[in-house]
Amino acid sequence: MTKEHANWSPYDNNGGTCVAIAGADYCVIAADTRMSTGYSILTRDYSKICKLADKSYMASSGFQADVKALQKVLSSRHLIYQHQHNKQMSCPAMAQLLSNTLYYKRFFPYYAFNVLGGLDSEGKGCVFTYDAVGSYERVGYSAQGSGATLITPFLDNQLKSPSPLLLPAKDAVTPLSEAEAVDLVKTCFASATERDIYTGDSVEIIILNAKGVRSETEQLRKD
Amino acid sequence: MVSSQNENRLLSSEGDSQRTQYPYVTGTSVIGIKYKDGILMAADMGGSYGSTIRYKSVERLKQVGKHSLIGASGEISDFQEILRYLDELILHDNMWDDGNSLGPKEVHNYLTRVMYNRRNKFDPLWNSLILGGVKNGKKYLGSVSMIGVHFEDDHVATGFGNHLARPILREEWREDLTFEEGVKLLEKCMRNLLYRDRSAVNKLQIAKITEEGLTISQPYSLKTFWNFAAFQNPTVGAEGSW
Repeated sequence: MTKEHANWSPYDNNGGTCVAIAGADYCVIAADTRMSTGYSILTRDYSKICKLADKSYMASSGFQADVKALQKVLSSRHLIYQHQHNKQMSCPAMAQLLSNTLYYKRFFPYYAFNVLGGLDSEGKGCVFTYDAVGSYERVGYSAQGSGATLITPFLDNQLKSPSPLLLPAKDAVTPLSEAEAVDLVKTCFASATERDIYTGDSVEIIILNAKGVRSETEQLRKD
Repeated sequence: MVSSQNENRLLSSEGDSQRTQYPYVTGTSVIGIKYKDGILMAADMGGSYGSTIRYKSVERLKQVGKHSLIGASGEISDFQEILRYLDELILHDNMWDDGNSLGPKEVHNYLTRVMYNRRNKFDPLWNSLILGGVKNGKKYLGSVSMIGVHFEDDHVATGFGNHLARPILREEWREDLTFEEGVKLLEKCMRNLLYRDRSAVNKLQIAKITEEGLTISQPYSLKTFWNFAAFQNPTVGAEGSW
């Protein structure tokens, strides 16, 4: 007597790529705007980036319904935090909350691949990268999603990340200027779009710094 | 005592679990577009039972409250359940008697939550829904799938419509389509589906929703063209084949 199997999957991969780069006094968070299913494009104009707090932006790819649910949970937890503490959550605090939220569903995970970007309490750029069940670390830069394998080696080369084994630990935060980092991100997406069918249409870029937040959109190949 | 459950295994198709289902009576594609004055939606009236076209007068486009229109593909009984949920939603909204009424964006969000929550319980409503409407001059058109994937766009479609209709709409859709142009565009898509989707039937309705209100057309049929040369003498050049 074999166990009967579902003929539907509760998961789907709606594709897309997310990138974040931390600078000395800025953070760049970017994601493409294509939403797909199977070999079809559902929409070319869909934002994968969510503002969780003044200084915390999350970019997530994977299963869109789970991503949206995750964004809702975190946003509402942040609202409660503000009511209780009368201040915004810091980026490292939000990073921990995201990890805990993901692990909470360890046995029916959010199929979401997240990059959290923002400014820490010193105003330095910080990027946190996650897997689907909440394992995370603070890094100088990260890519997640369908184009991550194409982008990460390029970033490793261009940002010359120090070995994590070095002592004393060397910070991976890039010495590049904000304009150079934004340009690098655009190059990353242009390249990933060439070879990854799930990446394209356009890229939404959020730049966070001491002066505030600004957004840029760059068109990508639509094929 | 032998469990009669096990003996009936061969007869029942899903044991005693209320989870994982198969769709039985299904509707095929729905297409929706924004046009100058509001939203246009089209769906045929077929209800298939596997490969049989069992029902030919199924209304798959329905009004929701004052400002919205829903179109459904997938399991028809689940769509009827959704209509019951929406009925209660609208009723409670009206009973507040505060002059406010749920707009299409709100109804779309509600449907997304319902579909996602059922997916989380491994007991999905087997539908792909399209929700369109106009409120306070703002047009809205969104889609929700059976597992809760949702988005809004200028044109949406379910099922086969994604493969056959969306490409046409990407080429020919414009922001300022008139009603006549919009209907022509939808009919072009529906004709394409009629030719190529085996579960499509040639009896459709088109619904229009604007700030003023909603109208769902009487059912009608599309003219089709089969007079292609290759269909006339199909075995010419290869006698003996069919």
